[in-house]
Amino acid sequence: MSFFSDTRAILGGFRVTLAHMLRKPVTIQYPEQKRTPYPRFRARIVLTRDPDGGERCVACYLCSAACPVDCISMQSAEQENGRRYAAWFRINFSRCIFCGLCAEACPTLAIQMTPDYEICTRDIMDLVYEKEDLLIDGCGKDSSYNFYKHAGIGVTQPRGEGQEESRPLDIRSLLP
Amino acid sequence: MTAFSLDILLFALKLALVFFVILTLAAYLVFAERRVLAWVQDRKGPNRVGPCGLLQPLADLIKLLTKEDVVPSAADHWLFYLAPAMAAIPAILIFAVIPFGAPLTIYGRQLPLVVADLNVGLLFFLALSSIAVYGVAIGGWASNSKYSLLGGIRGLAQLISYELSMGLSLVPIVMLSRSFNLTDIVAAQERVPFIVYQPLAFIIFLISITAECKRIPFDLPEAEGELVAGFHTEYSGMRFGLFFVGEYINIIVLGGLATTFFLGGWHGPLLAPVVWFSLKTLAFAFFFIWMRGTLPRLRYDQLMHFGWKVLTPLALVNIVVTGWWLALT
Repeated sequence: MSFFSDTRAILGGFRVTLAHMLRKPVTIQYPEQKRTPYPRFRARIVLTRDPDGGERCVACYLCSAACPVDCISMQSAEQENGRRYAAWFRINFSRCIFCGLCAEACPTLAIQMTPDYEICTRDIMDLVYEKEDLLIDGCGKDSSYNFYKHAGIGVTQPRGEGQEESRPLDIRSLLP
Repeated sequence: MTAFSLDILLFALKLALVFFVILTLAAYLVFAERRVLAWVQDRKGPNRVGPCGLLQPLADLIKLLTKEDVVPSAADHWLFYLAPAMAAIPAILIFAVIPFGAPLTIYGRQLPLVVADLNVGLLFFLALSSIAVYGVAIGGWASNSKYSLLGGIRGLAQLISYELSMGLSLVPIVMLSRSFNLTDIVAAQERVPFIVYQPLAFIIFLISITAECKRIPFDLPEAEGELVAGFHTEYSGMRFGLFFVGEYINIIVLGGLATTFFLGGWHGPLLAPVVWFSLKTLAFAFFFIWMRGTLPRLRYDQLMHFGWKVLTPLALVNIVVTGWWLALT
């Protein structure tokens, strides 16, 4: 009989809502309680340094090119020893969508995402971070990686001094 | 002080107290609704203003009073101003006939705890509840907006579908208590509340008052999913607030009436009569909120079918059966 099954269905709905009324709320009371984000949470972007303390960024513009909202801009420059660096580096966090494509694109692991998600401000101009705001003292996620030790051929060190580099060969010694 | 001025003073005190309690209760019912609905949805609800969010109604009031009062340029101004009052005033007037406690004895004189002990209290309630829908209809018409107009029309159509069954469901109560006076009706339930004799009438009345206070399975005049906010789409600020508070006063008043008609009014063991009345009334208010968290909105034609083809015939059958039973005993 549909009358009884309908009535039972309605009363069942009332039972479910009553059960939920007595359940503990799932709310996190934000300013007082904060959830701990996972280590790979994608929030505020930083520029890291290599283990020797030098800037990792070589101003290759790959992050800027990868950025879907075009919030990264920079100007490249070159030191006397041939090492490239960013003369200025700017991330507009009011545009950033925290997609992490810049960190994926970075060949030197300089640009990295951190779990610090609380960067809102009253003034939107405060969300434009310059290089000195972005640069941190540590190495970030990969503490032993130094780009020039792997690939910086002849730039900051003599040829053949890098980790994955053989000594330069005197080709005359190969002559028969 | 003469006896007459003492009478006036006591009456004025009672009136002021009732008015204050009803308005405060309506404001806190809004808060309670937000909290309970939040619990239903596994949230916490408003808990920021004051301890446990208890000052939230005050903050809401300040917000509504300081908001801009927008009147659409094409609106019918006088009716637009009149409609919120017409929605709220009948609601609070109905409470005048509800006895909310046993008569008190102060300075050797009887003080009945009912504002106006009308001998046609039940008819007074039915008449005022019909007037209350004019607020909805006039508000919907005067706004000069299609959503408001549809809401107003729905309000009227809803009225003619539930009001008949509401009136008919109360006829057995009158037959049992042999009086239209609400004090007499409560007195007739001193031993057994009428819900025991009239469970069917109680269910019909409960469904009808849900439609009367335009709450969720029957909130067709508002229907925010379809009509934005129905008849009060164009209202802002305290005019909207008046519609809003009128709805919650209606919940309290109709809960009080259901208590009076079916649950024995202020009768109850151990606790004070006023406490019993408040508990029963607030239980109805809680049920309305619970129902809002549970049921979806009915369609327009479903309510009409339900009112005319189910509730009204059932109420009529109930009257006949009650009359037959009364004739036998």
